[in-house]
Amino acid sequence: MIGFFTRTRGQGRLDWTDWFTYGYLTIGLFLMFGPVAWLVLSSFKTESAITEFPPRLLPMGQKQVAVPGEEKPRPVYRVTLPDGTTRELAELRRIGLTSTMVDPSRPDEPIRVPIDQRTPVREFKLATENYTDLAGKFDFGRYLWNSVFITIVATVLTLLFNSMAAFALSKYRFSGQRTVFLLILSTLMVPPTIVLVPNFLVVSELGLLNSLWGVIWPAVATPTGVFLLRQYMLTLPDELIDAARLDHASEWRIYWRIVLPLTAPALAVLAIFSVMWRWNDFLWPLVVLSKSEKFTLQLALNAFQGDLVTQWNYLLAMTVITLLPVTLVFAFLQKFVTQGIASAGVK
Amino acid sequence: MATLTLSNVVKEFGATRVIHGVDLAVADGEFVVFVGPSGCGKSTLLRLICGLESTTSGGIEIDGKPVNYVAAADRGLAMVFQSYALYPHMTVRQNMAFGLENIGTPRATIEAKVREAAALLRLDALLDRRPTQLSGGQRQRVAIGRAIVREPRIFLFDEPLSNLDAELRVSMRSEIIALHRRLEATMIYVTHDQVEAMTMADKIVVLRGGRVEQVGAPLDLYNRPANRFVAGFIGSPQMNFLPATLVAGSAGTATIALPGGRRLDVATTRADVPAIGTALTLGIRPEHAVPAQRATDADLTLTVTQLEQLGAHTLIHGTVAGGDTRMTMHIAGQSSLRAGDAVGVAIPPADARLFDAGDAGLAR
Repeated sequence: MIGFFTRTRGQGRLDWTDWFTYGYLTIGLFLMFGPVAWLVLSSFKTESAITEFPPRLLPMGQKQVAVPGEEKPRPVYRVTLPDGTTRELAELRRIGLTSTMVDPSRPDEPIRVPIDQRTPVREFKLATENYTDLAGKFDFGRYLWNSVFITIVATVLTLLFNSMAAFALSKYRFSGQRTVFLLILSTLMVPPTIVLVPNFLVVSELGLLNSLWGVIWPAVATPTGVFLLRQYMLTLPDELIDAARLDHASEWRIYWRIVLPLTAPALAVLAIFSVMWRWNDFLWPLVVLSKSEKFTLQLALNAFQGDLVTQWNYLLAMTVITLLPVTLVFAFLQKFVTQGIASAGVK
Repeated sequence: MATLTLSNVVKEFGATRVIHGVDLAVADGEFVVFVGPSGCGKSTLLRLICGLESTTSGGIEIDGKPVNYVAAADRGLAMVFQSYALYPHMTVRQNMAFGLENIGTPRATIEAKVREAAALLRLDALLDRRPTQLSGGQRQRVAIGRAIVREPRIFLFDEPLSNLDAELRVSMRSEIIALHRRLEATMIYVTHDQVEAMTMADKIVVLRGGRVEQVGAPLDLYNRPANRFVAGFIGSPQMNFLPATLVAGSAGTATIALPGGRRLDVATTRADVPAIGTALTLGIRPEHAVPAQRATDADLTLTVTQLEQLGAHTLIHGTVAGGDTRMTMHIAGQSSLRAGDAVGVAIPPADARLFDAGDAGLAR
């Protein structure tokens, strides 16, 4: 790995192309990864730390120390004493402009310090309560379940239906085949916003409003999916299907045991698309779901943005959680895709 | 094992007629080879027999029962494809067992049959490998094993050796012949290689443009070709075709004038003899034309253009009749001739074949 990342053209010395290459790669890294890193780090900051200016990269919280005689840990400040020395003292309480501070090792000698003589001592601290509060504060588990359910079930159904259509369109010859295919592709030209109201009316008639199935079913058959899988299935040799037919395989068996396993790389690609799209889908669930217990994570995230006040710390924490599953799925399936393509010596 | 009968089978793809009324009878246990140039319809004919394509008209009968409307899988046939068509995501064992699983054969029976076929083809050590982990010859044997396991009435081979290298082809050829003898099965084999046809077949069917040119045993086709196409297709190097003119003819003999003037009497068996002066084609195989012992024996003079010395025998390429017609001679041993030399060629009348203007043979 190290060898890969420090590869240069100049064989030990740095060629000008190496400077250029590493230059733009580093810039690219910051541009693409910077916001994500900022997001993750900020999700561990307290609310005030998020809104402070100038902003700091790492989540910092004020250092706290246990003082004997006090129940809770007391915040620590760096204090400039009248004689010019600086010490770190814990603050017991603050009244008006004067703060009563004490050295933790000598808790019986309180020192009075004006508040402009002290600055907080900050240390790296992860405000994990952003995450733990979520669990208790609102119905995070339910929203997560809704999102996961919709994504998984919709992906499975999408793979199933699209592959069946692609199989029919690629491996069978029937009159009207071309027309059907063109019809399916032509629906790509229709923006989803135009069919939003008709879709809503149909879903309403079917009684699927305000249910997760109402979100899942309408978009299961995607023209992109059919096209992608059909193109891949065209590369499967027809002789395999002939051989399977001679082997007494029924059409379903040919589909299920021969064609589908061999289409695995394309299925993985479609699965990635489907997961990413379904997980991030906002408009259609917003239209269909009206009761908050059916909300998906994206809709719940939306709910955090109030008219006047946005609770940024919770928003950020939930965004990070929302990002995680998609990242994991992508990472897992991507390896499968490249493996599948590499080993696809179909013979 | 089974007999196969084709009666006036016609196949059209849209407006194009690809198979023009083929009649054929295959006896039980015969090894029949369909041979012909690319595009002659031999693979199409095989697929029609197999049931992967349906006939436009005409009948196909297996063991006397018509199978035109019987599905491919129910005809009791097994096919070995040109590209083997092994399921790449299954192991060799699963490949061979797939067909039997589909008809609900008990697991124990499947195991036994797979083991038997694997032993016959020496695949025992490879049963758990995937096709991508096998060599070309091994994949070939797995494809044959898959066919054997189904215990079909007729085996169909669609150019199975064309994807193998030359050496492997020779050894696989003898393996298939041995298999035929061992299983005593009816086998139909499609190839474009006439050497395979000659060495393997009990009966050869020569096809051209969707029509059967001739059917017969390999040596019959070699010795008594029905027309110019078959004469030129069978035999390597190809038969020499020289222009000749009919000078005199009677029942059983035709006297022709060769380029260069010499006369030759050739036996014919056709009842109708063309008119005097008709242009005919004389066919003489390179191995039958002999260098003339004496100048007076020479029927033709060959001007040598090229020699191929193969050690045990020599191919002499040259031109006759003033450089217009090319001719090849195939003699045993080595030759001391050089390019530019003139050689007298004698044509034994018994080995000469005549073809008329329509390329039909005058001797049958």
